[in-house]
Amino acid sequence: MTLLALLIFCFGIAANLQPRFQALENTRRQSDNFFNLLLGDSSRMFANSFYVKADEYYHSGFYPTIFDNNEAFETPHIAEDTGAVNSKNHGEEENFMGPPRDWIDAFGRNFIPNRHTHLDEGGPTDDLSTSDKVREILPWLKLSAELDPDNIQTYTVTAYWLRRLHNDKEANRVLLEGLRNNPDSYEILFELGRLYYESYHDTDRARNVWELAVRKWLALDPQTQKDNKLIFDKITTHLGELEKNAGNLPKAVNWLKAAQTVSLDPGSLQKQIDEMEAKMAAQPSPAPTNSIP
Amino acid sequence: MKNIFAVAGVVIKELYRRKDFYVLFILTVLVCLIMGSVNIFNDKQIVRYLKELCLLLIWISSLVIAITTTARQIPAEREQRTLLPLLAKPLTRTQLIFGKFLGCWIACGLVLICFYVFFGALAASRDHAWPLLNYFQAAFLHWIVLGVVVALTLLGSLVFAAPSSNSTICFVIVATILCVGRYLDAVALAQTEPFRSIIYAFYFAIPHLEIPFEMRNLIVHDWPLIGWNFIGLDTIYMLAYAAAFLVAACLVFRHKAVN
Repeated sequence: MTLLALLIFCFGIAANLQPRFQALENTRRQSDNFFNLLLGDSSRMFANSFYVKADEYYHSGFYPTIFDNNEAFETPHIAEDTGAVNSKNHGEEENFMGPPRDWIDAFGRNFIPNRHTHLDEGGPTDDLSTSDKVREILPWLKLSAELDPDNIQTYTVTAYWLRRLHNDKEANRVLLEGLRNNPDSYEILFELGRLYYESYHDTDRARNVWELAVRKWLALDPQTQKDNKLIFDKITTHLGELEKNAGNLPKAVNWLKAAQTVSLDPGSLQKQIDEMEAKMAAQPSPAPTNSIP
Repeated sequence: MKNIFAVAGVVIKELYRRKDFYVLFILTVLVCLIMGSVNIFNDKQIVRYLKELCLLLIWISSLVIAITTTARQIPAEREQRTLLPLLAKPLTRTQLIFGKFLGCWIACGLVLICFYVFFGALAASRDHAWPLLNYFQAAFLHWIVLGVVVALTLLGSLVFAAPSSNSTICFVIVATILCVGRYLDAVALAQTEPFRSIIYAFYFAIPHLEIPFEMRNLIVHDWPLIGWNFIGLDTIYMLAYAAAFLVAACLVFRHKAVN
């Protein structure tokens, strides 16, 4: 009797729980990322650590800890050196450890990396022929991107360094993956445009992608636009250069005028505009100018 | 000296009869080979993440072997009732301690040779370079650090009741020194008295095992050789601590009952 009662009880619990497990299984299948399944939202914390680890590798291990002054490393140099990221760095990047606190600290510094170097500038040996050693940062960037697919900067920085290593195919794949996860990202579109223009020399595709990036940026609210002026400056100046090299001077002038609205150095842009307008004036029957989309 | 070497020989033979080393070595090799097979943007020349992982596993494995091997030396002799017969022979307590220390330390050295040969082969398979002197510096200082750990564990085996508690306490002490030893003075400066003085006292009293531990970064990132004078000074510094722990162990053992 007792056994029968227990069997009925177990059957009742199983019938009650089975639909709930079914629903949970369906929810889990929506995320096919292994790390998201395992770690949940804490994967973002690990992603940031691995991103910083990539910057540490960029510096061949010479990197501040939480006990050192890291004012000069607030924006990772792997991102700063791409030229497409606002830098928050200030202060001394050579002496973040400060003077030795005691004789043990002074002695211990002979056993750790103790000089500021960048891998793409020769690293600790200052040997420029080993500049391709910058590839060593890639595993950490790959891991960071997998742990936090919503972090746009990881994709753009990875793609930039892949291009520097002449690995354009992989750079393209990374940026397309970034776009799949972040379809409205103008930063990724800008980097994709750079890939098409500088690596593939595909002017038309680069133009299309950059113009799409501009449309995405213009769709932002005013405060977000104010916080992201640098990227708009970069996109518009690159479009200006593209149109200038393609011989479309009126379009080039329009793009540079758009860049002037956000540029920190509108004077140099004005010089370029003046040169192009002078060329246009010297040419017969200039084409009607189009406004930016 | 003959007695010391005889005891040391027995300890070394015990190491290759036990499974500890083989399990840890195979585990290290497997993990490194799996991580090395990961495709990273179709670039087959990326190696530093692998070197860092391999060196970390080598350090963890060598510490496990050093502490667990040493922690059971004296208690095992006591449990098997071989301690009294040993000391009844013309073997003094001091010779026994030094013999056990030397045996465990040489065993750690043999283990390190195997691990570092694997590391060198792994790095060379991608790097196509053999910075042998750099590896020698790292491996030598690693061995010296293990000497300090073995001496500390031997002292612990005479102070603490069981090998398990001795191993746990030694692991915690060594891990803490490796992780935060370098920064204790910075932590002390941020405190008020009397905590500042207490932390500073710890900072200057502990053996700074993290100095060779952090040399891994120099190996991983291909930094030039360290000056041999610094290697020599660090060796003397570490050996002084090992000697101090051994002297303390001899003093404790001299007053300890063996039955």
